[in-house]
Amino acid sequence: MSQTITEKILAAHAGQEKVHPGELLSAQIDLALANDITAPIAIELFEQSETASVFDAEKIALVPDHFVPNKDVNSAKQVQVMRRFAKKYGIKHFFELGDMGIEHVLLPEQGLVLPGEVVIGADSHTCTYGALGAFATGVGSTDIAAAMISGEVWFKVPESMKLHYEGQLQKWVTGKDLILYTIGDIGVDGATYKAMEFVGPVIEALPMSDRMTMANMAIEAGAKNGIISPDQVTLDYVSSRAKRSFSAYKSDPDALYVEERSFDVSKIEPQVAFPHLPENTRPVSEAGTVPIDQAVIGSCTNGRIEDLRLAAQVLKGHRVDKNMRLIIIPGTPTIYRQAMDEGLFETFLDAKGIVSPPTCGPCLGGFMGILGPGERAISTTNRNFLGRMGHSTSEVYLANPAVAAASAVLGRIGSPEEL
Amino acid sequence: MPDQVRHDMMTRSSLWGRSLPSDRDESMKIEATVWKFGDNIDTDVIIPAPYLVTTDGQELGKHCMEPVDPTFSEKIQTGDIIVAGKNFGCGSSREHAPMAIKGAGISCVVAESFARIFFRNAFNMGLPIFEAPGVSGGIDPGDRISVNQDTGEIIDHTNGKRFSANPIPPFMQGLIEAGGLMAYVLGKRQG
Ligand code: SF4
Repeated sequence: MSQTITEKILAAHAGQEKVHPGELLSAQIDLALANDITAPIAIELFEQSETASVFDAEKIALVPDHFVPNKDVNSAKQVQVMRRFAKKYGIKHFFELGDMGIEHVLLPEQGLVLPGEVVIGADSHTCTYGALGAFATGVGSTDIAAAMISGEVWFKVPESMKLHYEGQLQKWVTGKDLILYTIGDIGVDGATYKAMEFVGPVIEALPMSDRMTMANMAIEAGAKNGIISPDQVTLDYVSSRAKRSFSAYKSDPDALYVEERSFDVSKIEPQVAFPHLPENTRPVSEAGTVPIDQAVIGSCTNGRIEDLRLAAQVLKGHRVDKNMRLIIIPGTPTIYRQAMDEGLFETFLDAKGIVSPPTCGPCLGGFMGILGPGERAISTTNRNFLGRMGHSTSEVYLANPAVAAASAVLGRIGSPEEL
Repeated sequence: MPDQVRHDMMTRSSLWGRSLPSDRDESMKIEATVWKFGDNIDTDVIIPAPYLVTTDGQELGKHCMEPVDPTFSEKIQTGDIIVAGKNFGCGSSREHAPMAIKGAGISCVVAESFARIFFRNAFNMGLPIFEAPGVSGGIDPGDRISVNQDTGEIIDHTNGKRFSANPIPPFMQGLIEAGGLMAYVLGKRQG
């Protein structure tokens, strides 16, 4: 009775021995997450239901990260709704400014998501936690409201897709490039409704930060979840953070996959996704001359300390082009302090970049770096949809932190090798 | 706009509330004019993030599709239908997307395929959606089409072409019959 890791986790949470792709089931959840855009709707629905208490005040995380520090009166009101709700129902994991970070960087860092768990979030990049070997997926606010009452959520068991990576990583090639390359290969709907399971020696050698970058972007291929089996790297990451026990699952060797693909990473260069879809990828050497106005380094995709170190390594001793704005956004207060202590801020400021407090900010065109008509940005975020970072004639190019930093110095899209 | 459409919109939106329409044999058919969009229409196009500071459907509706068609919400008639290509609703998990479409006055969305979170949210929000192969090539902007919500049959009355939508999975029909996900969960709690 062979099963994939995704199937095993869902079976365990549905109280079944086995599940089949396509089967509809109700699963117990270990954590439900919502942010300042999606929580207010869930809260309104919850309160309309006149339920006396939430299913478990320790299994709900409310993170006001999208428009916080509040960008205007309406966003301040949305956070007030969350704050009042958290007080009233004793929600343990409500993050006030000072503790608040970008949700998908923050929750793993704080040990709130662990291997083998089922996590739902009213945010599409909830799939990030698959990097820890959890089943994690984005849902709507209504699902969160229902889950806050019942502690359960319904799922259709996804078919699994196996993506195998082998070979030698080239210089400046990161998890970001592997996932961009993969999305370029299968398309933005190449994994719709499916589980993307990342395997192979290259994945096993990746640090947690790169694994999270890869799982984060599974949704950009339409996937329900991205997942990597826990190994020693995972255990080293979670052991000091976990405050509860967890289970590490692995796919059986003869588990069934609807599709399998293999990538020889030796042939993969740093990638750039051109507007307006993450699948429009090109190797950086084939980007041509694309002048840019702004570079953004941060987000739930690439706002971790390893990403900032990489950017600093490229920026050291350089200054950004005089027509460029460079915005660096550490993902959480812990990362912010770490970057400061390691002297990365000095490198960023010397290069004439600016460091923002942790927030989603420009990633979704909220604030803190909105693009004007016709402006172009290179960004380490995950979406380059039309108008995503500002005006509908602006453009976003997706890349890894090293390429974004190098492009900031060059004033056009380019590789660190050109510096 | 035909009364029928208005009726359907009302019964559908009340799905999200508590009650179901009692007489389902009053035809569950929508007939209206088509607005066409391409592949991969994402949630940032459906409702740009700067407008996510409200949960008022009508307010959101004013900005629906703004990046690709700034006057969309002014041009459409209540009850009109969106027809699109593959992967409609890709991107964010924001329920504001189906809310904005409903708020703008669109009665239903017909597409080659939907992104998964949008699919889920549309059901939870009571926006009828239909996955029907061939529609993006076979239906033109401005055509009059009818969509039978029970059988999934779609007819283009302008060019005479017919399409059939994939059936809604029984479990999700159950959700709708319970009056939406919240009502389903609350019913289970009492039961
Ligand atoms: S950083 Fe961007 S993609 Fe990530 S949660 Fe925030 S808005 Fe969404």
